[in-house]
Formats: sequence, C-alpha cells, structure tokens
Amino acid sequence: MLNKTAKLLTGLAAGLLTVTALSGAAFAQSVNLTYLIPSGPENQVIADEVVKAFEAANPDINVDIETRPGGSEGDNLIKTRLATGAMADVFLYNSGSLFQAINPQQFLVDLTNEPWQADVQASFKPVVTAPDGTIRGAPARAAMAGGIYYNKKIYAELGLSVPKTWAEFMANNEKIKAAGKVAVIQTYGDTWTSQLFVLADFYNVQAKDPNFAERYTANEAKFATDPAALRGFEKLQEAHDAGLFNEDFGAAKYDDGIRMLALGEGAHYPMLSFATTALVQAYPDNIQDIGFFAQPGDEAELNGLTVWMPDGVYIAQTTPNLDAAKKFVAFIASPEGCDAQTRAGGASGPYLINGCTLPADVPPAVSDLLPYFAEGGQNGPALEFLSPIKGPALEQITVEVGSGIRPAADGAALYDEDVRKQAQQLGLPGW
Amino acid sequence: MTALSEAGAAVSPGAPRAIRRSPYPGWFFLPAALIYGILFLVPTLASLYFSLTRWTLFNSTFIGLDNFAQFFREPFLIQGLVNTVIYAVVTSGLKVVLGMMLALLLTSAVMARGYLRSVVFFPVLVSTVGVGITFTVLMHPTQGMINETLALFGIKGPGWLVDPKLALLSVALVDVWKGVGLATVIYIAGIVAIPKDYYEAARIDGATKWQNFLYVTLPLSRPATATVITLSFIGGLRTFDLIWAMTRGGPGFSSDTIASVIYKQYQAGFYGLSTAGNVVLFVLIAILVVPLTMLLNRRQGHE
Amino acid sequence: MTKLSSRLIGVAAILVSAVVFLVPFAFIIITAFKDKQQAALLDFTWPNGFHLWSNIVEVVTTRNWMMVTAFINSTILTVASVTLLVIFAAMVGFVLARRKTRFNGLIEFLILAGLMIPPAVVPTIWLLQGIGLFGKLHGLILIEVAYGLPFSIILYRAFIATIPRELDEAAIIDGARPLDVFFRVILPLLWPVTVTNIVVQSVGVFNDFTNPLYYLPGNANATVQLTLYNFQSQFNTSYNLLFTNILLITIPPLLVFLFFNRHIVAGMTAGAVKG
Repeated sequence: MLNKTAKLLTGLAAGLLTVTALSGAAFAQSVNLTYLIPSGPENQVIADEVVKAFEAANPDINVDIETRPGGSEGDNLIKTRLATGAMADVFLYNSGSLFQAINPQQFLVDLTNEPWQADVQASFKPVVTAPDGTIRGAPARAAMAGGIYYNKKIYAELGLSVPKTWAEFMANNEKIKAAGKVAVIQTYGDTWTSQLFVLADFYNVQAKDPNFAERYTANEAKFATDPAALRGFEKLQEAHDAGLFNEDFGAAKYDDGIRMLALGEGAHYPMLSFATTALVQAYPDNIQDIGFFAQPGDEAELNGLTVWMPDGVYIAQTTPNLDAAKKFVAFIASPEGCDAQTRAGGASGPYLINGCTLPADVPPAVSDLLPYFAEGGQNGPALEFLSPIKGPALEQITVEVGSGIRPAADGAALYDEDVRKQAQQLGLPGW
Repeated sequence: MTALSEAGAAVSPGAPRAIRRSPYPGWFFLPAALIYGILFLVPTLASLYFSLTRWTLFNSTFIGLDNFAQFFREPFLIQGLVNTVIYAVVTSGLKVVLGMMLALLLTSAVMARGYLRSVVFFPVLVSTVGVGITFTVLMHPTQGMINETLALFGIKGPGWLVDPKLALLSVALVDVWKGVGLATVIYIAGIVAIPKDYYEAARIDGATKWQNFLYVTLPLSRPATATVITLSFIGGLRTFDLIWAMTRGGPGFSSDTIASVIYKQYQAGFYGLSTAGNVVLFVLIAILVVPLTMLLNRRQGHE
Repeated sequence: MTKLSSRLIGVAAILVSAVVFLVPFAFIIITAFKDKQQAALLDFTWPNGFHLWSNIVEVVTTRNWMMVTAFINSTILTVASVTLLVIFAAMVGFVLARRKTRFNGLIEFLILAGLMIPPAVVPTIWLLQGIGLFGKLHGLILIEVAYGLPFSIILYRAFIATIPRELDEAAIIDGARPLDVFFRVILPLLWPVTVTNIVVQSVGVFNDFTNPLYYLPGNANATVQLTLYNFQSQFNTSYNLLFTNILLITIPPLLVFLFFNRHIVAGMTAGAVKG
C-alpha cells in the first residue's frame, strides 16, 4: 500500500531513530571532560599520556584536550574565560600569585577535603590556597627551577667550569663568544621567555634581603630602588650590551631556543626546568649534553636555586561534570599520574606528591638540580610564591630591557608602576 | 523615540483623506534605533562614567581622573598615543599618494589593465589576520623571504618586526599593501568621472602631461581625495587587527597603538583603565578628524 | 609617449605588481603544499610532494573539527547580520531621504558619530553580560548590525534620493500601506546598492577579528578569524598547517571577488565620490 517513496522515507526514519537511540545510549554512558593546557610540545605530550592512562582506568570518561597560548596572553585568556563562564572543566595554570589573580574563591571548586590532599606535600598547599583558607588546586607537574641550561659539550671543549658568581658567568660567555658560538640564547618571539633573568635572580635577592617579599607586598620595597632586586634587570641589560645573544633573538621562539641549546649552536639558555621534558621529547640523542645551574649572584657563598612550585590543576565551578572532573584531578595527583608524566617526558624535577618517585636514570639536567635540594644545598621560592602581586606587563618590559630599548633602571621603575596597578586592582591594603 | 512615532502618526499635508498615516512612518526607524542605541550609544555614554572608576565589571569605585593621569604618566601608554598618530598619518599619506599614482596608471592605456586592477584590489578582501601572519613570516629577520632575497643582492635586511624603531613602520607598510587597492579604486572612479572637455581644453592650450595632472586631474578628483584621506585616517587611528596579528604591540611596547593598549589593559583586568583608553581614543579622533573633515569639505565648497 | 616607452611601463607595471601583490599569495599556496619539515624552512622552494590534501584534512579535523564549526559560525554570523543590516538600514535610509523632520539633523549626527567613534568595548561587554548576550553568537550578530548601520544607512540614503517620489505616490494611490510601499516598490529598486552593501558588509563581517575577539571568547563558537589566530599556538612550528588554514580562509573572499568584482567597485565609488 505504501508507495516507494514512503517506504524509503520510513526506512530512513527508522534507521535514523535507531542510530540516534544507540548513540544516545552511548552518550548517556560516557562523560565528556574538557582539559585546557598551555601550548608547547612538553605540555602536549604529558597531557596526552596522562589522559590516555586516565581514560584506560575510567572507560566511561572521555577527556578532550584544548590548548591556549602561554605567557601574559594565556593569563588573560584564563581570566576572561573564567569571568565569562566559558572555561573548560579542568585547566592547568600557574600556582602562587598568578593563581591569586584569577579570583580563585569565586571561580574554582573547593578541593580542601578531597582524600588525596593528605599526600600532597606541605610546601605546595599554600600556593593553591585561596584567601579564605580553602585549597583549590592539585600539583600537576614536578617542581621546577629557574636558572640557566648549559651545553656541557661546549663547556668541555672550552675548558669551562660551572660559574658560581655572575662575574665568572660573564667571563665564560666572553670565551664562548670568542669561540664563535652564541653565548646566551634569547627567544623574544615568545615574550614570556624574556623574564627569566629577572625572575630566576630572586634567590639572590632574598639572600641579601630576607624580608624583601613582605616589604614588596606592603608597598615598601621597590625593584627600582632596592639594589639587590635591581640586579636582575641589570644582568639582563649587561648580557645584551655585551652582545652575547643570538642574531635572531627578537624573533626566535621557545622551540628555536631548545633546538639551539640541544644542537650546540648556543651555550646558555635561561629557562625554567620544565624544558627538560621538551628536550627529551625532541632531542633525545643530545639530552646527555645538557646541564643546568642556578643563576649566579655576585657572591659565591650565596649561590642558590630559585624554585618554582609546579603548576596546579583546577576545576572551574561552571563545570557540569563535577564528579568526573574530581576523578580526573585525583588521578593527576596520584602516583599513577606521576608515572604517566614520567613515561611521557621523563622526569624534569621532584614531584610534590608522596609516593611519586623519580626513575634512576634521570637526564643530567635533572640530576644537576638535586644537589640544591639536598643537605647543604640552597634553594628558595620565586617571588610569585611569596607575594600575590605580579605585574602583567613584566615580559614586555624585560623584552625592552633585553633588546636594549630601555635601560635597566627605567625598566625596573616601569615594572614597579605595573605592580602598583595590579595591587590596586586586587584591592591590597597599603597601596 | 516616542516623539518620532508621534510624528509618524501625523498625517502628511496634502495627502488624500483616505490615508491616515504617512507612507514614511517614524517606526521604520525603530529596529535600527533600538539596536544602535542600546548596543552602541549606551556603552559609549557609559564609558564616560566608567573611565573615572576602578572597575572589576562587578563593582566600580570612583577614582576621578586617576586613570587618565595614569595613562599620561606611563611611558608605554603615551607611546601608544604617539604611535597611533604616526601610524594614521603614514598609512593615509601613503595610501593617498600611491593610490593616486596607481589610479593614474590604471586609467591610462597601459596593457593588462584588467589584470592590474584586480591584482591591486584583491588584498583588500583578504583576512587581516591571514595577511598579518603571512607577512610576519616573510619579514623574519634571518629566515624570512624578504631578507633572504635582499641577501642575494648582498644587502643585509633590517629586523623588520624586531627592531623597535622599525616595527611600527613595517606594520604600516603591510597595512598600505593591503589597503591601497581601495584607495586606488576610489580614485579611479573619481578620475573617470572627470568630463573629457577639461582634457580637451587643456590639450588645445598645449598642456604637458604634468600640467594636465596638476591643473585638471588633481583639482577635479578632490572629492575622491577627501574620501580617501578621511577613511584611511580614521581607520589608521583605530587600527588593531594587523598590529595584534603581527607584533602584539612589541617588541616591548614599540608598536603599541591605543587600540592595542585598550586591549592589553582589558586583558590584564584593568577595566577602568581600558575604558579610559577608549575615551582618549574617542577624544583623539574627534580632535583630529573633525577639523580635517571641515578643512577638506570647505576646500571642496570653494570649487 | 612613444609606443616603446609605454610598452616598457606596462611590462614594468606587470612585473612589479606581480612581485608586490602576487608573491605573498604564492608563498601561502606553496607553503600549504609542503610537509612540516620543508615548511619550517620558510623559503620559496618548490614543495617536495603534494601534501596539500593531508594538510587540509589535518587542519579541518584539529580539535574536533573546529574549523568546520568556525566556518558554520562565521557563515551564520555573516548571513544573519548582513540580512538584518540590509533591511533595517534601508528602512532608515528610506524614511530619512523622504521625510524632512526636525530630527533629521540629530539622526545624521548620530550616524556620523557612529562612523567615527570607536566602540567602547568594555562597557559593551558589561552591557551584553547584563542582557545575557555575551559570548553568544546572536549577541555578536546584533553587534555587527549596530556597528554596520552607519555605513549602510549612508549608502541607502544617497541611493534612495535617486528614486523618484512619484513611484511611492503611485503606489499609495493604489492603496498600498507603508510596509507594502517599502517591500514591494522600493526595496526591489534598491537592488544594485543592496548588492554592493551585501558584498562589502559580508566581506567585512567575515574578516572581522576584533569584535569576535572581544565578544566571543571561548572556543565553542569561534569564527574563522579567531580560529586562525588561536591556531597560531596550536600549529606552533607546523607552518604548513598554518598556511593551509590561511588558504582555506581566503577562499570565500576569493569567490566573492570573482563573482562580484564589478559590483564592489561600482557601488563603493558611487557612494564615495558623491561624498
């Protein structure tokens, strides 16, 4: 009775309904989480491995990875997406003052009473604690250090030894430059990399002036007027003025930087130690040639490592999948999560979760870090973990100082102004 | 709004008694007026208030002229102001001059005129972000094609986008590359509209090509010139896309314009300061463009 | 001018225009054909092998087919905002040209202001959040309409002035209501300038980067320009993919150019020269 077209349509409709029913059932079972990470090869490989391991243990949860830029552009993207309710379920971001700047009490899920908190080391908890005392994040990576990567091959060729003072460092640089290699690699194509000379110097600032962080937060100490703090900017300027940089420092990117370091085109690369993961990923044959030392101060006895607490992983309050998100975060903060990271990119430093271990065969860049944490070694946290204020324009100012556009003293004064804006916006007392 | 609809309800004089309402009802303005009023006029007026506050989008504290004081105190904010004017002058100047030259060429009996007109105009239609990315790659100081080509001739190419003295101008050049086609097309229309009699008269008077240009073409294409100057100057003052796609205002702050400063302050969460930047841009445009338009139109009036 | 020197100028013009205007596009195309390693060299060599298709596939499927979503969003944005623009601007232009009320001066001033005054972005975000339109595509559609109204109204007003009033009056005598007069008599006659307006506004909205950047944060409803910009960090060193993306984005304007070249030129210059 039904004509051909009607039969065809009915068949089609039946087919569609079946498919919808099936997929509906499938969707009903699986939960989709979005996980936002900074771009960059090391972040991608670690995230991929962690997600893979998590999905294997939790077949009903599917995690989609999204990337965002790093640096101040990424900071501001995070702020905007949180403020407009458009954030992913789970996201990776800095801890410390940058964590404070994204209004954690308002936007992030409270994780104080999660079962895995008991295994998180005490040093980490303060840097992901909101002003009301609740903990809002979990450690997502290994602890990091800010300092200077160096190419051991070049050092061996030229008979150089690891510098303990800035003067020794500059002397090494002269010899390297004379030998026709790039002494210091800079990569201002990714502006966030320009801050390292200033930020990694903080151990030296703190060594000279132990109360700097509190006085700085209370609007009493300034980069421009405190001679110890100013040194970081001055060192950046000195390195530029001595002509130590690679020719394309203005346009080179982070990927170019690690390439030059690994292949021996340049001797030094001031960077955070998470780059070890990228190096292991991209240049596994050269990883034995790369070492790490703390940014030297002006006195040999006060030499120590500036340490960064790892990034935290956070859950946005707007997530529709709170349970799945909490499971994911719990996985990251567990020994299985650490193992996944180690599998993906090798260890880049010590983990801050009890029960997470480092493998026996770590690259030299990682084993170079360990003495600073051992008995008799010296290390201290970076400023952004002792104070909630970090001016958003620092990386542009350091690009200016490092490119010779602005002298160090001016740059420091400019940064103080920037810090003032941030402190006022945060509503801190005394500003 | 109410006044308009009342006016619309009035019967237009002279219309036949059968028609009660005017065929040009005031409520025709309504949809456009609503959208424009709410989404453009209200924020503009609100910006005048919020620029005087420290704002977190949720609450605002009145701080008077502090934001503006900040704006004019910080070297990189002033730099943005200066850069904006330089950029606008350079791009509109080049577009006027090059646009006129190209228009003269493309209205003469040169061969492959159709191809040339198309090729000059096509960049106008292409995505600004795409153009920005492409030229950033071409302008890379060591690996970019421009410098590699110059190296073939033994010239050491400058750091187009990394030299702080050059960055703004490099972006301006790309802006001109992209926008000169529009200026050219407007000029072509202007030139083509000049009645042939003028050229006839000039020919009879024995004018040279240069005199032709100076005394016939140039004066009679004044409306086109006015349009090109006004459009490209306003566009130059408000420029953001290309700068953001190519340098993000860098290196450092050397290629920041007010629009990118507004965006950066917004990104950093300094909403009051960002809005103050908007007000500064608004005032800047008003101060520069209104006299400019009056100047251009008055000269036209004298013709 | 001798035939030879004008020939030389012609040849020179063709060569120079090719180098200045065509080489960048050639670079985009060539790089889109390369694989990742060769593209990273950023030079103008001939690609070793035809990787365009695999590049396109990779770009389109990145991040869960984000480019497809972006194209859909951009299309919806462009079509919806241009449609509304045409209708609303024509309505205003019509009444503005025909009726002389005492408000005409004010309206003209507001329109001119709209051409000059830069939109106050942060207050607009605050307003949109208040109305609940922030971060939504329909919010951006209304924004594009608001920002595009001044130019469109001016275009229509100038053109309607050339349509004789007698046509309106004839229709009215035949008993037409205002809406009929507008949609049945006037709007069809406005077709030439409507085409120009559609083309110009479509290209403008499609290529718009700033407004989506401010008003559509969040990846679910990004437009193609925003996606290209975001993919810069995604395709960090994969220049072949980045340029394939640029190539894909250039196709719609190219199509517009091929079909509508004459209209754009004619319409814009008509409006521009009349001032």
